[in-house]
Amino acid sequence: MDSLICYLPNKVNIYEFDWLFLTQPPKRYWEETENTDQRRPEEEQGTAVQNQNKSTVKERSLKRKNGESLEKKDPFSGEAPIPHKQLQKFQRGEKYKVPAGARQRLKEAIISSEAMSELAQKQAARYDLLLPEDAGFLEGDEDEDTNTISQDDIADAADITSGSKVYVIAFSLYLLKKLQIQKNVFVCNRHLLVGGKKGHVACIDWQSKDLMCEMNVMETVNDVKWLHTEAMFAVAQKRWLYIYDSKGLELHCVKKFNDVLRMQFLPYHFLLATASATGFLQYLDVSVGKEIAAICTKMGRLDVMSQNPHNAVIHLGHPNGTISLWSPNQKEPLVKILCHRGAVRSLTVDKTGTYMVTSGLDRKLKVYDIRAFKPLHSCFLPAGASCLSLSQRGLLSAATGDIVQVYQNVLGSSPVSKPYMAHRLQGQIWGLAYCPFEDVLGIGHGEGFTSMIVPGAGEPNFDALDTNPFRSSKQRQEWEVKALLEKVQPELIGLDPGQLSKVDQASFEQRHKEHVEALGFDPLAKDKFKPKTKKKGRSSAGAIEKRKRKVAHEDQRDKIRQTVQERTERDKEQKEKSNEKKNLGNKSTLDRFRK
Amino acid sequence: MAADEEELSINEQAISASEEEEGSDDERKHKKLLEAISSMGSRKRKKQNERSEASVQVSEFFVNAEGTGEKVNLSDLLGTVEKTSGASNKTKKQLRNLQSSKETLELPLNKQQTEKIQRGIAYEKTAAEVSCWRNIILQNQKAEQMVFPLNQESSGPKRVEQVVAGWKVQTPLEQEIFRLLHINSQPVDDPVLTPVEEQSLKAMSLEEAKIRRAELQKARALQSYYEAKAKREKKIKSKKYHRVQKKAKCKDFLKQFDEMVKTNPEGALEELKKMELSRMEERMSLKHQNSGKWAKSKAIMAKYDDSARKAMQEQLQMNKDLTQKIVVPSDDEHESNEEGLETIPDFVNDSEPVIDSVNPWMRGQLTHEESEVSCVTTEDVQTAEEENEEEELVGEFERKRKLRQVVEEDVVEVSDKEEGDDDDEEEEEEEDVSEFNTLFRLMRSEKTLEGSNQTREGLNTPGQEDEDGFLNEGQIRVRNIEDLEVLGEVVDPQPIAEPSLPQAVAVEATSEPPNKKKREIDLKEVLTKEAKAVKVPFLPTVVDEEERDEQISIIKEAFAGDDVISDFIKDKSKREAAGRPEVVDLTLPGWGEWGGVGLKPSRWKRKRFRIKMAPPPPRQDQKLPDVIISENRNASVASHQVSQLPFPFQNTAQFESSIRTPIGPTWNTQSVVKNMTKPKVITKMGAIIEPMDAFLAVLVLGANHRNKSKLSIAFSSHSLRFK
Repeated sequence: MDSLICYLPNKVNIYEFDWLFLTQPPKRYWEETENTDQRRPEEEQGTAVQNQNKSTVKERSLKRKNGESLEKKDPFSGEAPIPHKQLQKFQRGEKYKVPAGARQRLKEAIISSEAMSELAQKQAARYDLLLPEDAGFLEGDEDEDTNTISQDDIADAADITSGSKVYVIAFSLYLLKKLQIQKNVFVCNRHLLVGGKKGHVACIDWQSKDLMCEMNVMETVNDVKWLHTEAMFAVAQKRWLYIYDSKGLELHCVKKFNDVLRMQFLPYHFLLATASATGFLQYLDVSVGKEIAAICTKMGRLDVMSQNPHNAVIHLGHPNGTISLWSPNQKEPLVKILCHRGAVRSLTVDKTGTYMVTSGLDRKLKVYDIRAFKPLHSCFLPAGASCLSLSQRGLLSAATGDIVQVYQNVLGSSPVSKPYMAHRLQGQIWGLAYCPFEDVLGIGHGEGFTSMIVPGAGEPNFDALDTNPFRSSKQRQEWEVKALLEKVQPELIGLDPGQLSKVDQASFEQRHKEHVEALGFDPLAKDKFKPKTKKKGRSSAGAIEKRKRKVAHEDQRDKIRQTVQERTERDKEQKEKSNEKKNLGNKSTLDRFRK
Repeated sequence: MAADEEELSINEQAISASEEEEGSDDERKHKKLLEAISSMGSRKRKKQNERSEASVQVSEFFVNAEGTGEKVNLSDLLGTVEKTSGASNKTKKQLRNLQSSKETLELPLNKQQTEKIQRGIAYEKTAAEVSCWRNIILQNQKAEQMVFPLNQESSGPKRVEQVVAGWKVQTPLEQEIFRLLHINSQPVDDPVLTPVEEQSLKAMSLEEAKIRRAELQKARALQSYYEAKAKREKKIKSKKYHRVQKKAKCKDFLKQFDEMVKTNPEGALEELKKMELSRMEERMSLKHQNSGKWAKSKAIMAKYDDSARKAMQEQLQMNKDLTQKIVVPSDDEHESNEEGLETIPDFVNDSEPVIDSVNPWMRGQLTHEESEVSCVTTEDVQTAEEENEEEELVGEFERKRKLRQVVEEDVVEVSDKEEGDDDDEEEEEEEDVSEFNTLFRLMRSEKTLEGSNQTREGLNTPGQEDEDGFLNEGQIRVRNIEDLEVLGEVVDPQPIAEPSLPQAVAVEATSEPPNKKKREIDLKEVLTKEAKAVKVPFLPTVVDEEERDEQISIIKEAFAGDDVISDFIKDKSKREAAGRPEVVDLTLPGWGEWGGVGLKPSRWKRKRFRIKMAPPPPRQDQKLPDVIISENRNASVASHQVSQLPFPFQNTAQFESSIRTPIGPTWNTQSVVKNMTKPKVITKMGAIIEPMDAFLAVLVLGANHRNKSKLSIAFSSHSLRFK
């Protein structure tokens, strides 16, 4: 929690550092009075109407005797006002107005649903009060760049617990290839999983620095990933995909998944998506242990992979500079974007699913709006970025050689000119990962693992029902059950996550066709005629054949009959027309004088 | 076959006869035989008589007219009654009438039809009974939540008086408060409603209002029916009908007038004025004089023709009647009352009272006093016989009408009152339908006045009266739900300024220039666009031994896809081509030209038989040169989607907006989730759910309608309530 950092603003002042590293104190409700006052008249209108009767009656009761008021007025009458900003934050879609000529039932339905959504919005905005924490930030002097401030200075300035987050773990024996701080959209952030290129895998408690397990799988490790809890993790080894528990015990060897290079875990779907060297994108349902889909991408070696946390679409980067988007439901890419002239080296997608950041061999860093599939801006990095990672609050860290650069305000229309922070490490950087709900970036490099404080990286407020970093084991168990019950089915993955709440407007024929395809047979098809068995020799082969012939081509005959009828009618009409013409033709001009 | 049977039966009869009466006289046998033989020829077999003894003609058990060859007449049976002196004249008369009437009694309806009618009536009855539940049913259907059993006691805090029986004011503070309450006429025992509020509640409930409105509607409907009827009747061309109608009306009017004189003198005066007007007109015109064409011809005929003379006399009489001065009785009422209407009042010496304000010659007289009015009646003109005939006719018409229209009961009843013995008649010439209308209304108003025991001024239609009633009560009328709804519509707050998308998104949208150009952007241009270089504090230095091979592979990869752009463009065009529907080629070789290897079908033929399909809708990536978007439909989601619009919604936008807010606890606060997912029906464990009784239903309905007003009232009393 950055709250640990932000509790010491006074300290910073006492020591008079030339830069400030602090967070704003939490806002209190009485500080927003001027904002709420502006909002008030509009806000109160709704309640004013409701309370009209009340107020009139009240006035009457108060002014009973010669107009003198018996009671003092309540200065804060009615409900507490909600700031406009908060209301807007929880707005879900546009409000629907009742159309002019609507019937009674429709009117009622619309009004009640609108009232309900308004209530939901208001309540959510009200409860926003319970998220008071603000993100941290780093501020230098007037002539000082924040990127020149060293990590040691930050660690000194910050409180002890924050400072202790900066540390180096040297894995001298094995070079680290990949690391993952537990991908914690929902698991607590205390657990770090590190995988070395030469087979070294270790789980470490992030804060207590306890080693949960350490082992050597005696094989090349391509990628490591936590599954839905810290009890299990997946390791992509040289040939197969393995799943271990937190003690380092091998649980599964999934031989259907071979030559896996990269993995992504989709937490709400319980899906482990793997990209292999053979060009296969496979989905493993972790909850039931079944392969959901195996897609041959035909794009060659897949070693750049990312997921869109908004809609669970997998993004793959390819050597020809394209990025393709995949869902388990389609055999072809949902979208293909040409991003770079050279190969794509790394890509990452932000939490809201709005932006995608890519880097390629052409040393460019590009930011895309992936709702419109349009590039927003691009910048040129001197050495190109080999690894990219976005924090929860949208700070971008890029690894260029042995330097980690952190950029602020990348996700916007204006391109960045200089990094927010920079840090040099020993040896090439192989992996970057932010720690969720913390201002810490974990870096895997040639010499081992280093953590780095990045103020303002983590989300200050967490949803304890969804992801509680401080949960106990009991809470975790309960959460696991709930999460499994609420598991989202893989069929619902698509570009638009709100697809489910829309009406399917396909025609009946199309739907029927799809249904038939899914079932493998047509449920509405007519049965073939099967003659009944009759007695007294009437069911001889010849008789049956005869009966069959009677019924055969019945439909076809109907059709033929119909067409014949139509044709005869048409002929008749034509004949009549021609007759008329003939009659007209036979008449001479002198006929008009004939009587 | 039939003939055989007949023969058989004859034989049997013959045998049985012989068996029965052996040794009886041959004559009878012979007769029977003859009969049997004669019956053989006819198609029908004659009915056999049961009795064959000597007493054929007279029996104590039944009447048999066979022997006499005649039918029994009523006179035969009742002839003695005439002679007997004891029988009353009335019965004798009745019997005579019975004798003269030749109509047979109507058959009673057969069983099926009577049952059908009974069923219909029963249905109507039960429908009316059941329909009073409709509101409740509707309300319960609409209700978001029903809690059973229905008549639960409220679980909220109860008043002190309800809980503690013998509670008295003791402390001085309490005494003070109660004194205040008494002074302000606030309720002490039952602080839910003040007397004023109770009154206002009583003033009009929703039910009452509904009944009122229904009455109004009925009145209006009746009026329209009546007007339609009048129009129709006006179109009838039968003179006889009109004459009869007119006479009936007159009679009616007269009767009415007599009543009116007693009850509503102003109205009577008004009518009197009208009569005066008609008299003036009559005097001015030559309508019923001898000068007309018809009258002249009749005058010539009158010498020889009795009826013509009669007609002329009639006409003259009419003129006389019309020009007769209407006499207003003198101011002393006692006299007129004593003498009655028949006597001619002593008016000769009086100055003529102003009856007609229109007539300028009549002005400048004594001040007119309102008094009871009567008119002098004229002698009877018509003979009794004629009258009878007319009445019969009227009755017939009436019967027919009643059969036709059951709905107009009220009007019919009023307009067609029959009084057989009313002899007084006054012929009024022009009395059109509209006048009748006013009369009708007059009567209606009178009726209502009688009911309410109030005197009202002028002529008022019942509808007007009702409306007035509504308006008068407006001040303390209780607001019902409909009113509140209207209020809500009027003062409905403006929807809060439509919030835009989340801010970051909004910024995005504005920053992105709208791509309106049709021209495709050059892909190469896009990719080779200048990018801004970023200054980095330190430069990357190390290139490790280990990395070298990595880098080599990277470079190889880089050079492998050199013509990346052209590849992409090719791929995209391929996809586009695949999406386009193919041209259907139906050309056949030969058929009107030479066919064979190496011969192509001619151009016109190809043109004729190649069918182009409609182009598909534009691709999503039409304007994005560096993007390929798959056009495939996601069928897997479709199976979970709603494919048919549910009932009250008329388009997809409405439905989609109604389900746009998620209901899960992930997105909402606990209370909202509870509210959104509350069950439709709640039943209490172990409690017996009894069917709703009518009394309770009315209570529930009323309570719901008054909920809001009650709330406000409760609030007011709450502010002063002692706690």
